[in-house]
Amino acid sequence: MSGSAHGNMNLTLHVWRQKDAKDKGRLEQYEAKGISPDMSFLEMLDVVNEDLIKKGKDPIVFDHDCREGICGMCSQMINGIAHGPDTDITACQLHMRKFKDGDAIFIEPWRAKAFPVLKDLMVDRGALDRIIQSYGYTSAKTGGVPDGNAILISKENADLSMDAAACIGCGACVASCPNASAMLFVSAKVSHLGLLPQGEVEAARRVRAMVEAMDAEGFGNCTNHYECEATCPKGIKATFISRMNRELMKTIPCPPREVKAGGGA
Amino acid sequence: MRWYTTSLGKKFIMGITGLLMVVFVLAHMLGNLSTFGGANGLNAYAEHLRVFPPGLWAFRGLMALAFVVHIITGVLLYLENRAARPVPYANKKNDRTTFSALTMVWTGILLGIFVLIHLLQFTLHAFNAEWAHLVDAMGRFDVFTMVSAGLSNPLWAAFYIGAVVVLLLHLLHGIQSFFQSLGLTNENTFCSINLGGKFVAFVLAVGFVLIPLTIFFGIVK
Ligand code: HEM
Ligand code: FES
Repeated sequence: MSGSAHGNMNLTLHVWRQKDAKDKGRLEQYEAKGISPDMSFLEMLDVVNEDLIKKGKDPIVFDHDCREGICGMCSQMINGIAHGPDTDITACQLHMRKFKDGDAIFIEPWRAKAFPVLKDLMVDRGALDRIIQSYGYTSAKTGGVPDGNAILISKENADLSMDAAACIGCGACVASCPNASAMLFVSAKVSHLGLLPQGEVEAARRVRAMVEAMDAEGFGNCTNHYECEATCPKGIKATFISRMNRELMKTIPCPPREVKAGGGA
Repeated sequence: MRWYTTSLGKKFIMGITGLLMVVFVLAHMLGNLSTFGGANGLNAYAEHLRVFPPGLWAFRGLMALAFVVHIITGVLLYLENRAARPVPYANKKNDRTTFSALTMVWTGILLGIFVLIHLLQFTLHAFNAEWAHLVDAMGRFDVFTMVSAGLSNPLWAAFYIGAVVVLLLHLLHGIQSFFQSLGLTNENTFCSINLGGKFVAFVLAVGFVLIPLTIFFGIVK
């Protein structure tokens, strides 16, 4: 039975299988038969999994949620590239037309000490959440809806801030960095808040807290390979890392005052 | 939080100590070009460096400090980065990074070894004790005769040329890297800084490699 007769493909998958966090894990080989080029990569895995389930075997566990490129859950290293061989997209937006009949495809989980593998391709990306909890917010009082344009923001800063805010926290930067560094992620979060007047007030405390939280998770240090920028599905630029370096450096001569929680006026 | 214990702080330290050494290496390269003025040029240059001994020693102290701090921080970074990915990928493709960026710690260690041997040879005269007594016609220490004697040996010439290649590799990544580490890049300047850094690295390498080449092939006598 040849898949290519209908334009469909037969592929050989080498997938990382790992029972739980303690298991050593290994690559296992699977055949994906009759795959339509119009399928998404995750749909292709669904087909393989249905086949596995029919055979009474354990399906391949992988993370996914929105399947439309916005939630950042679908973390997969496909043929050695985070989110696979297409630019500016997540794995769920990757289509099988990027592959040819007979291709071998390697699928591995994100690899980082800070992202322990839970099962197969699913990793725990909680480290990124803890970094956000450390200061990935502003402490603005809410109150009534402010008038439009009551606070003027330069076009340049608004644009840069929005570019940084495109980060969906998928972890591809960590996965593709030779040092498993999370600096692209952290710099995007530091910048998208710090570039706007509402977030600027706490910029110094924020960058210190977030860098400290990042280091505590055991991510590596950026040594400017720029692999993060190359695989980021949202096209976040490594120059945000430079901006974060600047932001932290500004706090060195005069560190921000520590603020006690619930201090009040 | 002590800034120098953070990941970013270590990058600042690498950047500042690296920058100090790059400035030194640039000055050293330009100074070396006085070799093309023959014995008179190089010996006079060397004499000038020694006119104010406290200055010379302060400078040596600063360079030694930068050197040691750069090595310690660099090795620390390397170890932390390795620990950050305990299980390697079976299959990993890199898109942007370069050979020079991936081998920074190794070219760095080679440079460290080079610097020690270089100082042993030409500053401490450890391999040729008689060099300490070389004096030229004007009564100055005869650096030119010493360097010519050293570099006409094919093994030493090859050693110095090899060291320049290693320096080139380290700086092809290093120079543009400290602009990024010290937060001096932005969207508009990123590309030019990258190219400019590589250009300066090449200029340095060419300037340095001319000395062993011209002496070995007898072009400068
Ligand atoms: C002595 C032994 C040396 C060692 C062990 C060493 C090691 C390293 C390491 C591990 C890095 C960081 C790696 C990276 O960013 O990918 C680095 C960066 C750098 N090194 Fe060296 N290096 C040495 C000597 C030198 C010398 C002699 C120079 C200058 C002439 C130099 C200039 C630089 C520069 C400019 C950087 C970039 C700093 C940054 O990223 O901010 N290094 N070195
Ligand atoms: S599943 Fe949400 S981004 Fe891919």
